[in-house]
Amino acid sequence: MAVLLEVRGLSKSFRGLRAVQQVAFEVPEGSITGLIGPNGAGKTTVFNLVAGVMRPDAGEVRLGGTRIDGWRPDQVCAAGVGRTFQIVKPFAGLTVRENVTVGALRKSNDVSSAQRRADEILEKLRLGPKRGMLASSLTLPDRKRLEVARALATRPRLLLLDEVMAGLRPTETDQIVAFFRELNRAEGVTILLIEHVMRAVMALAQQVVVLHHGEVIARGEPAAVVRDPAVLECYLGEETEV
Amino acid sequence: MIARLLEGVPRRGLVLLGLLLAALVVFPFFASGYLLTVGFLVLYFAYVGQSWNIMMGFAGQLSLGHSLYVGLGAYAAAALYVHFGVSPWIGLSASIAFSGLAGAVIGFLAFRFGVAGVYFAILTIAFAEFARIGFDHFAWVQGSSGFFLPVANYATNDLWNLRGSPTMFYYLMLAMSAAAFVLCHALVRSRMGYYWQAIRESPEAAEALGINVFRYKMAAVVISAAMTSLAGVVFAFYYNNLFPEQIFHISRSIELILGPIIGGIGTLVGPLVGALLLTGLAEGMREIMLQLKVDVPGVKQVFYGLCLLLVVMFLPHGVWPPLARRLGLERGGADGAARADEGKP
Repeated sequence: MAVLLEVRGLSKSFRGLRAVQQVAFEVPEGSITGLIGPNGAGKTTVFNLVAGVMRPDAGEVRLGGTRIDGWRPDQVCAAGVGRTFQIVKPFAGLTVRENVTVGALRKSNDVSSAQRRADEILEKLRLGPKRGMLASSLTLPDRKRLEVARALATRPRLLLLDEVMAGLRPTETDQIVAFFRELNRAEGVTILLIEHVMRAVMALAQQVVVLHHGEVIARGEPAAVVRDPAVLECYLGEETEV
Repeated sequence: MIARLLEGVPRRGLVLLGLLLAALVVFPFFASGYLLTVGFLVLYFAYVGQSWNIMMGFAGQLSLGHSLYVGLGAYAAAALYVHFGVSPWIGLSASIAFSGLAGAVIGFLAFRFGVAGVYFAILTIAFAEFARIGFDHFAWVQGSSGFFLPVANYATNDLWNLRGSPTMFYYLMLAMSAAAFVLCHALVRSRMGYYWQAIRESPEAAEALGINVFRYKMAAVVISAAMTSLAGVVFAFYYNNLFPEQIFHISRSIELILGPIIGGIGTLVGPLVGALLLTGLAEGMREIMLQLKVDVPGVKQVFYGLCLLLVVMFLPHGVWPPLARRLGLERGGADGAARADEGKP
């Protein structure tokens, strides 16, 4: 499989804090890859570096072979990367449909075709009945879904999902997992997801990258990674003889 | 074209707009000379309010220095007319160019270097002040002693040179306000309108959706500045005198944003309703005071202050949104149709 996203030697410090150090991983085209790690491991920083919100101190980000590190977020989006925000950023004063239409306009010729595209996506994400509501009146799980809908509307090749399942009930998680799997299978959208809900990661990801203190400590298939002693240690603490 | 403009506009809204337009058209036939000037002021403030609203209401950029664009527009057209006999209809291209350029400079400085929010507002004030002080010493337009246009013979209306009766200016302003209304209606429903609103609500999210935030903010400033400058042209030819201390003064900038704030920021009808309320009532108050032989200076300012206070306290989104609901019309946003169909929670 061809590599869609390639990250090499990626580093970023905030003042003295080294948030991301020499991170390297690949996301194969058409795959679903999970990015996991304890709180503060640097997962969201990696996303922000890929999405162009921040400039890396060192390292490269390549999308389909083209270097995109240092690009502005709108340029990264135009190159085919859609992202959601962990702390959701809905256009609060606009309706659900308008929110998604803004994203759809990226690849639409006119407003009415963007609106139709928005309606299709909202239907798939079960937000159809709420399309006339203001985004500010949505519940948090719905706002997370709206983030996904908006990002998808830009027709990305690579979708970056930042904890979109946090706060969902198990049945809702299963629904959205099924949605992502179908999206990946039917439309070939490559997905890189940050997730704490292990149930979702195990069900979705073919490959998992584990970050700890800004460094990659393990990579591989989910079932193997969760048995990796280094991973267990960072999540559960060191095993001590009693 | 017209069908697309009307798409999704509630029928009731169209009827009401038609009635309002008809009332404004026949108004001069019944109004006294004094009332006609009040009518002119209402339309003037409706127009500049609409222009300012593009920046603040749509794109979320607060300008407190719009008197800059009024003044530049006024001086450019007036100077060309007085010095070279150029018709204001041609001179207005210079007005648009100067104001648009000024807007572009301010926008570039602010948006390139991350000046946002109140700091951006202060920057807009600063530029208006630069212009005020600069024009005070600008000998070509008589500096602080004031620039005067030759006063017209009111017997005939010369539309080409904008020399004529208040009635002519009233209809000119009406045409401009109506055109600004239609333009804003089209803009807010266009791709650019969606992008502006996205930037207003969350610049980070807008960027992540592929919107070049810098470019669209610049467009908002330049369009708003250019539109505002046309009001300056009319202002110059209506009043026939220009003083830097007056036209660029910050109180002028504040005055022109009160209409849309009272009426409803980001709405299409808000600037008109606000201008109608503020100008109409303030002048009405003055008239009543005159009739009652109460001569108290500053009544208008007190009234403005009171209106603002009441609106901020009881109608934080302005007069129009609740009024629109009363009239059975939904908020005039980009997706008004969908809201009207499904209703808001």
